[in-house]
Amino acid sequence: MGMTITEKIIAAHSGHQEISAGQFVYADVDICLGNDITAPIAIEQFETLGMEKVFNPDSIVLVPDHFTPNKDIKSAQNSKLLREFAQKHKIKNYFEVGRVGIEHVLLPEQGIVVPGDLVIGADSHTCTYGAMGIFSTGVGSTDLAACYATGKVWLRVPETIKFIFKGKLNEWVSGKDLILHIIGDIGVDGARYKAMEFSGSVISDLSMDDRLAMCNMAIEAGAKNGIIEPDDCTEDYIKGRAQREHKFYSSDEDCNYHEIREYDVNNLSPQVAMPNLPENVKPVEELSDIAIDQVVIGSCTNGRISDLRIAAQILKDKKIDPSIRLIIIPGTQDVYLEALKEGLIEIFIEAEGAVSTPTCGPCLGGHMGILADGERALSTTNRNFAGRMGHTASEIYLSNPAVAAASALTGKITHPEKVN
Amino acid sequence: MINGKGWKYGDNVNTDEIIPARYLNTTDKKELAAHCMEDIDEDFVKKASEGDVIVAGENFGCGSSREHAPICIKALGISCVIAKSFARIFFRNSINIGLPIFESEEAAAEISDGDNIKVDINANIITNLTTNKEYSFTPFADEMKDIIKAGGLMEYIKTD
Repeated sequence: MGMTITEKIIAAHSGHQEISAGQFVYADVDICLGNDITAPIAIEQFETLGMEKVFNPDSIVLVPDHFTPNKDIKSAQNSKLLREFAQKHKIKNYFEVGRVGIEHVLLPEQGIVVPGDLVIGADSHTCTYGAMGIFSTGVGSTDLAACYATGKVWLRVPETIKFIFKGKLNEWVSGKDLILHIIGDIGVDGARYKAMEFSGSVISDLSMDDRLAMCNMAIEAGAKNGIIEPDDCTEDYIKGRAQREHKFYSSDEDCNYHEIREYDVNNLSPQVAMPNLPENVKPVEELSDIAIDQVVIGSCTNGRISDLRIAAQILKDKKIDPSIRLIIIPGTQDVYLEALKEGLIEIFIEAEGAVSTPTCGPCLGGHMGILADGERALSTTNRNFAGRMGHTASEIYLSNPAVAAASALTGKITHPEKVN
Repeated sequence: MINGKGWKYGDNVNTDEIIPARYLNTTDKKELAAHCMEDIDEDFVKKASEGDVIVAGENFGCGSSREHAPICIKALGISCVIAKSFARIFFRNSINIGLPIFESEEAAAEISDGDNIKVDINANIITNLTTNKEYSFTPFADEMKDIIKAGGLMEYIKTD
């Protein structure tokens, strides 16, 4: 019996020639990621072991991105803890404010994670890197602490659900819409504990930014990882970025899938998830006329340069509806600088949007755009749980950047074709 | 032996509800415990007593990887969580920090708010003392049992 790409990467990192779903392994970790919320607990836990040295400082990445630039004194203390730990253990991949970006935009962009890697992160959206043919999964702070000490993580090998996409994507439909559509179909626990492998001609034609957005939200279906077999697009993306040797894995023809699901995307419109779960998905046409107060464009899902380009295309030479607060957050400093050079930032400011330095900020109700009682946001982020972005009686709708930009112009949830 | 009053919740209780992000600027367990379940049940901290049990539906603990979620539940003195199913990161976090969690579709469905619940971990039995009904729960993999026996992942590493 052959193996899936997920099984192959885990096998290669756990000293097995062959493994199969359900097996329990201790796997070698190439990169382990922590942020200003999760790494402080990991550092405290690691220090209970009384070890002088970490297993491998080069495998540790510390990205203070959630509450930075520090929103309050307690957050500043946590950032300080990360900074001091990085200095003590000579961790080169520590990103200070001014260099920091949203972790899951930053790590692929900087070539810190490369195809064939096994990556863990104390952040649920660590599954993003599967877009590059990486086994990558979210874990907790104690897992991270254990990895600091041993270089390993315990894993149960997941079953794989294969999703095949056929047809041609319509204008304004993106990777975000594909993943929202799937979550709407299988539900927020439809892939619980499983690997989601995305394939088919639609995926082959998808840009890396869109692939990253798709794999990013695999966790929103409960999955352990999302993954796409590397191809020419992957090769092009890592050229000039990859900091280490990489390896392309692919699934064997005779591998064992738990389930195979096929989707025809020809009639797919931009998708919107309604409150309070990412599975409450409808085509944008069915939600027009829902008035909103705030639009957020950014996050580890949609804070990449192509996301900003599409938003700028819609907002160019226009002003947003006076009832709307538009907040745009480039995912990293490189994305910000590129947007500046391309004139996108000028378009956003002329449109009366607020542009922020890279931060997770409002996505998790941290800072930079918290919602009040009864307010409604349309956001390109990944979760719309009650109270996620602020007051428990506020509401979040999730969409792609094109829908978000179009809706900022009208003050209501709007199909981009209506304003372009 | 676990014994306490059950507090019942529905499906997809997420980590933002268990411990909202506005409290994630601290790692202080007592401070986190003071806000346990705040965004799904703001009276929870007032009404729950030491040893009580959280009972929930499918996919308990979905959402973020924040270990603050099982930490605040444990630090409040909740003895265990019984659910139809658990989200995977919450599941591993609970094993790793030594918060007992039990997957039992039937028990989670039939226990009512306020029922008196007993769990015998070694015998694999959940008992609803209010209705006198017994349930089994999904056993853990042997490798997980080793971590649970050690009292959590850090303790397991220390002994390994």
